[in-house]
Amino acid sequence: MAEKYFKQPILRNEDPRLLTGKAKFIDDITLPGMLHAAFLRSDFASAKINSVDVSAARKHPGVVAVYTAADFGDYWKPGPLQVPPPSVIKGSLFNARTLIPIAKDRVRFSGEPLAVVIAESRYIAEDACEDIVVDMEPLPVVTDLEKAIEDGSPLVHDDVPNNLAADVYQERGNYAEAAKYADVVIKRKILIDRCAGAAMENRGLIVDYDDRTHNMTVWATSQAPIPLRNSIAGRLGMFENQVRVITPFIGGGFGPKIMTSQADDVLLPIIAMWLNRPIKWIEDRRENFLATTSERDQIHFAEIALKKDGTILGVKDVFLHDTGAYDPYGMTVPLNTSTHTVSNYEVPAFVTQIKMVFTNKMVVTPVRGAGRPEGVFVMERLLDAAARELKMNPVEIRRKNLLPSNKYPYKSGIIGQDFVEGVLDSGDFAGNLKKALDLVGYDEFVKTEQPKLRAAGKKVGIGVVNFTEGTAVGPYEGAKVTVGGNGKVNTATGISSQGQGHFTIFAQIVAEQLGVDVKDVNVITGDTGHFHWGAGTFASRGATVAGTAVYNAAIKVREKVLKLGAKVLEVPESELELADGLVKVKNKPDKSIPIGQLAVMANPMRGTIEPGVEPGLEAVGYYGPPYGATGNGSMAMIVEVDPVTYAVKIHKCVIVHDCGTVINPLLLEGQVMGGLSMGVGNSFYEQLLYDENGQVMNASFMDYLIPQATDMPEEVILGHNSSPSPLNPLGMKGVGEAGAIPTPSCFVQAVENAFEAENIEIMETPLNPSKLFHYVKDH
Amino acid sequence: MSAPIKIKVKVNGVDYERTVEPRLLLSDFLRHDLELTSTHVGCEHGMCGACTVLMDGVAVRSCLVFAVQANEHAIETADGLGTETALHPLQQAFMEEHALQCGFCTPGFLMSIIPFLRDNPRPTDEQIREAIDGNLCRCTGYENIVRAVKKASVTMAGKAK
Amino acid sequence: MKPAAFDYYAPASVEEALDRLAELGYNGKVLAGGQSLTPAMNFRMARPAALVDLNAIHELEYIKTPPEGGLAIGSMTRDSVVEHSPVVLEKAPLVVEAMPNIGHPQIRNRGTFGGAIAHADPAGQLPGISLALRANLHILKKGSDRWVPVDEFFLGPFMTVIEPDEMLAEVVLPPLPTRTGTSYKQVSRQRGSATQSAIASVVSLDEKGKVANVRVVMMSVGATPLVSAAAEEILIGQEPVEEAFKEIATKASETEIDPSTDMHATAEYRRQATRGLIIQSLATATARAKGKGG
Repeated sequence: MAEKYFKQPILRNEDPRLLTGKAKFIDDITLPGMLHAAFLRSDFASAKINSVDVSAARKHPGVVAVYTAADFGDYWKPGPLQVPPPSVIKGSLFNARTLIPIAKDRVRFSGEPLAVVIAESRYIAEDACEDIVVDMEPLPVVTDLEKAIEDGSPLVHDDVPNNLAADVYQERGNYAEAAKYADVVIKRKILIDRCAGAAMENRGLIVDYDDRTHNMTVWATSQAPIPLRNSIAGRLGMFENQVRVITPFIGGGFGPKIMTSQADDVLLPIIAMWLNRPIKWIEDRRENFLATTSERDQIHFAEIALKKDGTILGVKDVFLHDTGAYDPYGMTVPLNTSTHTVSNYEVPAFVTQIKMVFTNKMVVTPVRGAGRPEGVFVMERLLDAAARELKMNPVEIRRKNLLPSNKYPYKSGIIGQDFVEGVLDSGDFAGNLKKALDLVGYDEFVKTEQPKLRAAGKKVGIGVVNFTEGTAVGPYEGAKVTVGGNGKVNTATGISSQGQGHFTIFAQIVAEQLGVDVKDVNVITGDTGHFHWGAGTFASRGATVAGTAVYNAAIKVREKVLKLGAKVLEVPESELELADGLVKVKNKPDKSIPIGQLAVMANPMRGTIEPGVEPGLEAVGYYGPPYGATGNGSMAMIVEVDPVTYAVKIHKCVIVHDCGTVINPLLLEGQVMGGLSMGVGNSFYEQLLYDENGQVMNASFMDYLIPQATDMPEEVILGHNSSPSPLNPLGMKGVGEAGAIPTPSCFVQAVENAFEAENIEIMETPLNPSKLFHYVKDH
Repeated sequence: MSAPIKIKVKVNGVDYERTVEPRLLLSDFLRHDLELTSTHVGCEHGMCGACTVLMDGVAVRSCLVFAVQANEHAIETADGLGTETALHPLQQAFMEEHALQCGFCTPGFLMSIIPFLRDNPRPTDEQIREAIDGNLCRCTGYENIVRAVKKASVTMAGKAK
Repeated sequence: MKPAAFDYYAPASVEEALDRLAELGYNGKVLAGGQSLTPAMNFRMARPAALVDLNAIHELEYIKTPPEGGLAIGSMTRDSVVEHSPVVLEKAPLVVEAMPNIGHPQIRNRGTFGGAIAHADPAGQLPGISLALRANLHILKKGSDRWVPVDEFFLGPFMTVIEPDEMLAEVVLPPLPTRTGTSYKQVSRQRGSATQSAIASVVSLDEKGKVANVRVVMMSVGATPLVSAAAEEILIGQEPVEEAFKEIATKASETEIDPSTDMHATAEYRRQATRGLIIQSLATATARAKGKGG
């Protein structure tokens, strides 16, 4: 019997609020007596600070206080390491240099905070920032990755030689042997440049300290409210539960909102205590480009060793990864690159070496894809170079080397961002590829349409790539499910929401177990006052990990409902069913009790509860996966390039995707499409550019270009495969980043194919019309 | 005269009189002075469209209008479009087509689309895409928004009959 | 990103505005549509001490057809009003063709025809279009006025002959000869975003089908919009054929423009795009001129 709510395309619970503007985002929150913060930020990317004179700013009418590093005393110190170093990987080198909350003697990136102004309005605070007199001596800047590791390069941190933040080497099999016995070894240098998360809503924080109750309430646009709470409490010497972090509706996360040690997170709680007034800080767009984290900035020296029939013997990839001026988020992004390079293919020998490098640029932390697109890009480019060399069809060389399904669970021998060995749990890579080829009409296009169009002078090309997406990693998440006296069910979990539909998908899971309508399940996410154990929303793990925790809690509640219901209705549990908000006796329509009434009865005010029985119909559930579940798929794309302007139109884009069991197909498609739009951006529109002085050249939407509606593919076809994950009871895998991961690889392959006659080879991303013109002209 | 100026603005049919600094942006005026928070601020340089409102019936970027410029004018925001229990047909279509995820850009889209549908009651998909090109969305990839507008055009034409 | 404080004036008439501008001199800045000025102010890259807001002066909003033909457009007429005007479509279709590329509808609902021309963005469309159509600009100041032909109007990037105490009141577009076709072509990274090259062509044919008059304006590839001398040299009195267009395009893109290299495109890319767009633009304008019969 099909499920009533689970797996159904249920419309979202949260939409009416969002559509009518009733949903509260952080800047919609106003507290009595609230003050506003603004940061003065460094223009220089590297400089020695001689002095920051705030005396004039302090006198500015409407200014309540101005602080520099000196004012924070012992509170001033480098922040915590949000992700630990990969000491689990033998022989790894890691130099932890965590975020400085506010610059003291030195600035290391353009945008680093120098002072914070607290005033009656943001307008006044910005005025007062202009009264601050800063005396800085610019120092040499290093932005180029290859130059940064050379001897004699300017040092971002004086005590880290060659700016080497980390050196991590992993190998499976024996690549040297593989290369020796290969017929062909192809080497390429592959460049992937930086992109921003650029959520529509910028970051924000409101801190309210009550000096009567000694409790602090923080509203934050955070993807990690619990770690944020713990971090703030720890810094202030408070109990964790003296600090409550509440996430309002958040206007998109995409990764950068996971950070918990930026200037606002660290300083505003302290200031709120000192001033005893609520403090609000809302980031503006320019700040977001300068001083919120971004990602993708790698140079790969990669090689692939093959037999002449196209069988891969080994891949070796040594790469430089830019971590920016600090490395608070550990090795997460480059480890994702390492684990996603060869994950679709059978590659017996694989070497992946990460050289993480400090530069005078903003810190790199995950942005949708989080290192995975880079890994996929490297492998897919190597395969295309190999196909060209061996005169093989690009689809054939891939099909030949796909990891077969009978190898699952496949132990990769490579440790990933969650510090456990990557294991591919399930998948049907050959099936994905076949479906993608069918949906895009590959044979028909290559044999008939493309030759015809080319004869008419059109530059049309097709690309086909494969990808995996490591998702749903640990450590764990938890949830509490409570049946209310009103007959509705409350569900609280620690992760926060940025538009993924948590308020609906978790309700679907609970509704299915407890027989109430999805609309009658109230979901609370990201409020540590309601649930305070968990890690956060990242790595496409929310639905699967928190969803499984919700499921685990819901089935416990279901057991309690059945147990008490059986007692109250005086029938065996097997004769009960939960539906329509009632506990019913099967086939006896007049014998039932509303679940809310049962909940009241479960909390007796007299008598006793039996040993081992908890009051109420409430339970907490947790779930910690042994390793992440691997989503996977294939993408195919047909593009046309304008021969004068080099504008690229994507005529057709096919994404075949497998995330196991799907909670809500409507929301799933939304996630894939959203990821695709970021992938399109990463391919041809977006590039965060730094000049040689470390200045961001395009810190606005005028020059940092995000795809518009007319930039999207003319036709998008989504296909699905389903290989349920054996790792959790519902068989789910994550999907949030799927659309973003394969897109640049597929785009570049298709564009190369459009210029097949000109025989260009592109080993970089992102592209733009001018770059493409030069590839063709200079080939 | 950077001294505060008294202004009279009609917003969603209600008259407001306030005294404001000349430099106060209309977006901030609506959100903080009038506490009508459906209008969101994404960029403050006229590129993202999240702050789109109607001024005398046409869509404008409220971050590029000073509140004093709205004196004696009529503004409409998404706060006045519908209610949670009685959604405007366009809002209803957005919900049915999953045309919003985080919802931050959504009010700006709604206010861009309302005058578009008024002037183009039977748009093609191509026309819809061009009409929403000035609104950025980072979550949805736009496909479902186009579907929602198409659906709403049919519903609203039906209602108009 | 909040703007710095400024003094604000909202004159209700042209006369009042001119008085105010005379008073303020270099401290005053005209606020028209605000779609270029306000973002700059929000970034605090522009910090005028005082704004003279012309938006309440409705006498500056009009599209008239003067007795001698052509159009007279009030400087504060909204871009979107011009875009959708049937009379502009009839008499200056080049303007209507370019309009959908200027930002987005929300920008065009506030942006003004005169404001864009006075702003003189080298990458702007309307400055180049006004040059292609040989506009005449009526500039007022307290107590006097002057007419400036558009060929003398643009001095450099964001610089025109308008003095601090003056304002642009009207743009007159002279009538086009009967057998005239026009065409606007551009390349930009996204629809509505800044162009890397844009071409406006106006081709007028005589009764024998030869070119009586031609103007090719190149935008975004120099300090101001540029008129191609090569187009006139090569085409006037000649058959408008593709070889001629290619010759013009090559000469213009190689010798008549001064494109820059920036984060979006190289100068070389801009040259080759300009070349391709000139050929397309001239071909389309010619076809349209022929279609007008005579």
